[in-house]
Amino acid sequence: MAMLEFDNVAVYYGKVQALRGISLTVEEGEIVALLGNNGAGKTTTLSTASGLVKSHSGRVSFNGTDITKAMPWNVVGAGLIHVPEGRRIFSTMTVLENLLLGGYLVKDRALVAKRIATVYELLPLLAERSTQQGGTLSGGEQQMLAIGRALIAGPKMLMLDEPSMGLAPLIVARVMQVISEIRDQGTTVLLVEQNARAALKVTDRAYVIDGGTTTIEGRAVDLLGDSRIIDAYLGA
Amino acid sequence: MSENVDTTLAPRTTRPPASPISRLFESKQLGWIALAIALLIPLLIATPYSLNVMTTAAIFVLLASGLNIVVGYCGLLDLGYIAFMAVGAYTAGIIAKAFDLPLIFTIPAVIIMTVLAGLIIGAPTLRLRSDYLAIVTLGFGEITRITANNLSITGGPSGIFGIPGLLKIGDFDLQEPAVFYYVTVLVVAAFVLAAARLGKSRLGRAWRFVREDEDAAEAMGIHTYKVKLMAYIFGAVWGGFGGILFAAHLSAVSPQSFVFLQSALVLMAVVLGGMGNMRGVVIGALVISLLPELLRDLSTYRYLVFGLLLVVVMVFRPQGFWPARGYEPERMGDVSDRRLAKGTVR
Repeated sequence: MAMLEFDNVAVYYGKVQALRGISLTVEEGEIVALLGNNGAGKTTTLSTASGLVKSHSGRVSFNGTDITKAMPWNVVGAGLIHVPEGRRIFSTMTVLENLLLGGYLVKDRALVAKRIATVYELLPLLAERSTQQGGTLSGGEQQMLAIGRALIAGPKMLMLDEPSMGLAPLIVARVMQVISEIRDQGTTVLLVEQNARAALKVTDRAYVIDGGTTTIEGRAVDLLGDSRIIDAYLGA
Repeated sequence: MSENVDTTLAPRTTRPPASPISRLFESKQLGWIALAIALLIPLLIATPYSLNVMTTAAIFVLLASGLNIVVGYCGLLDLGYIAFMAVGAYTAGIIAKAFDLPLIFTIPAVIIMTVLAGLIIGAPTLRLRSDYLAIVTLGFGEITRITANNLSITGGPSGIFGIPGLLKIGDFDLQEPAVFYYVTVLVVAAFVLAAARLGKSRLGRAWRFVREDEDAAEAMGIHTYKVKLMAYIFGAVWGGFGGILFAAHLSAVSPQSFVFLQSALVLMAVVLGGMGNMRGVVIGALVISLLPELLRDLSTYRYLVFGLLLVVVMVFRPQGFWPARGYEPERMGDVSDRRLAKGTVR
């Protein structure tokens, strides 16, 4: 059974149809990328899974449970965590306060403390900066904080929206490395990226979304050599 | 690896050195000092006029602390806050008069009515955001006043008068001006303290997250609607207690006390003091309520001067006397991004 499954999901914003039938699956332990151009529907796909956007038709399920109509807090509670585009960290709050938000639904304070310690181990720069305000961090650090915050919620699966956005190539590589470490520690990852080359280096499989539907699906190694992908998303 | 951490860069805390005044403001004892001053003032000046002014100011502080929960903590712009005070004052007045009860026994009814009012006004409107919410709350504030103006149970335009006092046991009457002042100050202090505590609670943190970025808060699992409704209900109950004290203080309630200007003045106290910071808001409320009295010698010009002073404050200190966070973070360069890439720091 797939961990996350989209079955022919359609979403409208008013009269505009954003998703025209997305079908995809993510298996436990995988890193799967969603590739595609601006406005293809990648972000809407993630928002539909996390309950921020309601689908018009189709079915979304997570670990066998139907979450098509679930509210965001229930989805978070089920262990599916969405790291939104643009990081969305709280700039006037400290790094630690930002991390604590991740543990908002976790009643057990000792568990939150333990998870913060684990995140500090994975991302020591956050430990170093724990009393600094989020807004004083650099772009790369803010992305790490956004990921760290999501990890405090204890995700079974992490959905990352454009973690490479606005970052220098070396930082992008570092972010991808962290993502692959997170997977190695047992968290499934669904990654939305425009930077197809960087994404395909760490992912197992990928879907291409175009015009609100999934058009191409395949193993990352195959897609890196696929002429359609090379022409459209990787450049010459 | 921690031994690889580059420690040559000093910790980047940008807080400026504390001046004596800001140290006093930050001090934990400040609240107690303020309370002591409030309790000692009647020993110096206890004219009926000064007691009246100070009691009114204390009630105003209570209203501002309640609105601060809604506007300051949770970031919901409410332009009709005085409606909750009206609900509290009318509920207390009507029940106390009908059953000839001391006002203190109307507290449970006032809590129930204000919570209901918070739910009725909040539930449909809290799906709206910022500007729209402000317009709708403005409307609700006026609806409440106009309803009170037209119902017979609320006494119509002339309102309710001859409301019994708070409590009288034998010769000991809480309605005695000096005694009533002390009661008011203690009640207000308790509510201000409670509101400040609330701001530091788990719910208080959720309010701040909703205020800063509602979508991100929701994505991290905060039930934003419920959290906003809670802010509204707490604000309503605070307003309701303000209403009880108001009814007791004047022994009369009428619609003219709940005009839009009153909502605007409470909001002004919150903005002027510093949204989200309970200490700043208390100071803002005292300024807004006491300044027109201190300017009384200017007779008809006093509201002109009052208005000008407010404009001057907002020009030179737009964040309020004392905002929740003292400074905006400075965005640092990409130094650490380079360190990140080198792998010296992860």
